[in-house]
Order: sequence, then structure tokens, then C-alpha cells
Amino acid sequence: MSSDHGATSDHADHAGHDPADIDRHVKVYITVFVALMILTVVTVAISRFHLSVPIAVTVALFVAIVKGSLVAGYFMHLVSEKKLILAVLALTVAFFFVLLALPVLTHENGFWIPNVEQAAPAHTEEPHK
Amino acid sequence: MDIPYTFQERRDTGLTNGKIGIWLFLASEVMLFGALFASYILIRTGSPSWPRGDTVLDVYLATFNTIVLITSSVTMVMAWASLMRRKFGTFRLYMGATILLGAVFLVVKYFEYSHHFAIGEGPSHSNFLAVYYTLTGLHMLHVFGGMVVNAYFWGPGSKLYQTNPVWFTNRVEHSGLFWHFVDLVWIFLFPTLYLL
Repeated sequence: MSSDHGATSDHADHAGHDPADIDRHVKVYITVFVALMILTVVTVAISRFHLSVPIAVTVALFVAIVKGSLVAGYFMHLVSEKKLILAVLALTVAFFFVLLALPVLTHENGFWIPNVEQAAPAHTEEPHK
Repeated sequence: MDIPYTFQERRDTGLTNGKIGIWLFLASEVMLFGALFASYILIRTGSPSWPRGDTVLDVYLATFNTIVLITSSVTMVMAWASLMRRKFGTFRLYMGATILLGAVFLVVKYFEYSHHFAIGEGPSHSNFLAVYYTLTGLHMLHVFGGMVVNAYFWGPGSKLYQTNPVWFTNRVEHSGLFWHFVDLVWIFLFPTLYLL
């Protein structure tokens, strides 16, 4: 089995970054930070309008998705991440949406959960002893 | 026997063990919180009435905590950037600030929880509060876990920097990925629980 312990040379080239590259990254981090602060204020400000629930949910989730994308893309470096990581995350996101869809399916008289109103009479007709 | 690819990237994937490991862990975390968010949707849509978050919870404290956590994400990434520049002193400054901001977040949550418990609003008070305590409680555990790891890298774990700075930088990057994930979860929890 190979070992990479002890090799500490060429620090500046770690992960393909040079000092100038890091300086550019830092500027991006500061910009993202400002954007996140503005979007936080926007989120709270929009909630003060007391919009109807569907519109409020849509707007709040849209702003949260933009903020989340900024964090994942730049702070977590997903914009420049390797394909294997992106593939793992794509699979995760797909299953995440399946999870979120489960409650929706149950409310549309879902494919496998029986309708409560249809199921109820079967119990009530049973004679009491 | 030494563990391979702790800081040298594998040729086939271009990744270190730690990098792929932390992302797989975060993928499992997405599913954990995903299950709880799905439960929230199910309970909320199945409930005849549901209070707006701002009628029960303190939005100003939560907004303050959002700002604290976002700021801690920036200090965390700056800690990593400092190591990339081989500025260890700056790293400790930023990492210390990250840990401190995490502590501020938990203290604010403590005051929030104390207030609700003092007026009899525990988890059994309503479906809304049950969901609130479950989601924020789990998130707080993550904040605490992240703080413990970050404190280790700020203190005793930083000895590795003297012998293998590249490996140490990778470790800090991985703990940073977890910390940003914790921030990411809060970005969705905040509007979901407090504003809608």
C-alpha cells in the first residue's frame, strides 16, 4: 500500500492554488458574504409584507436556495469541485427531492397510503362486543 | 501501516480520502435533515391550523443568529485561506473567531429555549414547537460538534502543521465543509421555522 506521509514540499502548489489565486478567492468570499447579508435582510423584509402562504413559501424558498447555492458554490468550492463529488451530490439531491415529495404524494390520495375517509368505514362497521 | 492518500490526491479520482469521506458524510446528513424537513411538511400540511413562526418565535434573535452563523462561515473559509498562504498566526485568529461565533450562536439559542420553557412552551405544547425543538435541537448538536472539531484544530490538532502543513490544511478544509453545511441547514431552517 502506498503512503504519502512525510512529503511536505511544494506547499504553495497545494490543490493547484498559488498565492495570487488565493487572493482572488478571498475577494470572492467577501463578495459572497456581503450578498448573503443583503439576502438575509431581504428574507426578513419580505416576511413583513404578510404575503399569502403559497407566495411567501415560494419567495422564502427562492431566496434560501440562492443563499444556499452561494455557500455551497463558493465557501464549499463546488464551482470548482471534481466530477466524482458532483456526481455523489447529484444523486443525493435526487433522493432528497424524493424524500420531500413523499408528503405531497400522501396528500394526493397517494399511491400506497389509503385514503383516510375510505378506510374509516371498515373500522366503524365492526360490531362492538 | 499508514493510511494512503491522506493529502496526496489519487490519480483516478483527483481526490484525497478525507475529501471524498467528508462529502459522503455530508450526503448522509442531507438525507437526515431531508427526512426531518419531509416530516415537517407532512405535519404542517396535515394540521388544521399552523401558526406563523413570527407569532411564536423571536425573529430578531434568529436574524442575529443567522448573521452570526454566516459570519462564522466566512471566518472559517478565511482560516483555510490563511493556511493556504502559510500564515499560521492568521489561521488561529480566524479559527478562534469561528469557534467564538459558534458559541455566540449556542448562547442565543439557550436564551431562546429558556424563554419558551419558562412560559411553559416545551416540545409537547404544540406540533409547531415539537418540530421547532427537533429541527433546531439537531442543528445545535451539529454546531456543537463542529465547534469541538474546530477547537481541536485550533489547539492540540494544530501540531500537525509543523510536520505536514498540507495534510493539516486538508483537515481544516474538511472541517470547514462540515461547518458550511451547518450554515447551509440554518439558511433553510430560518425562514421555514421563523418566517412562514
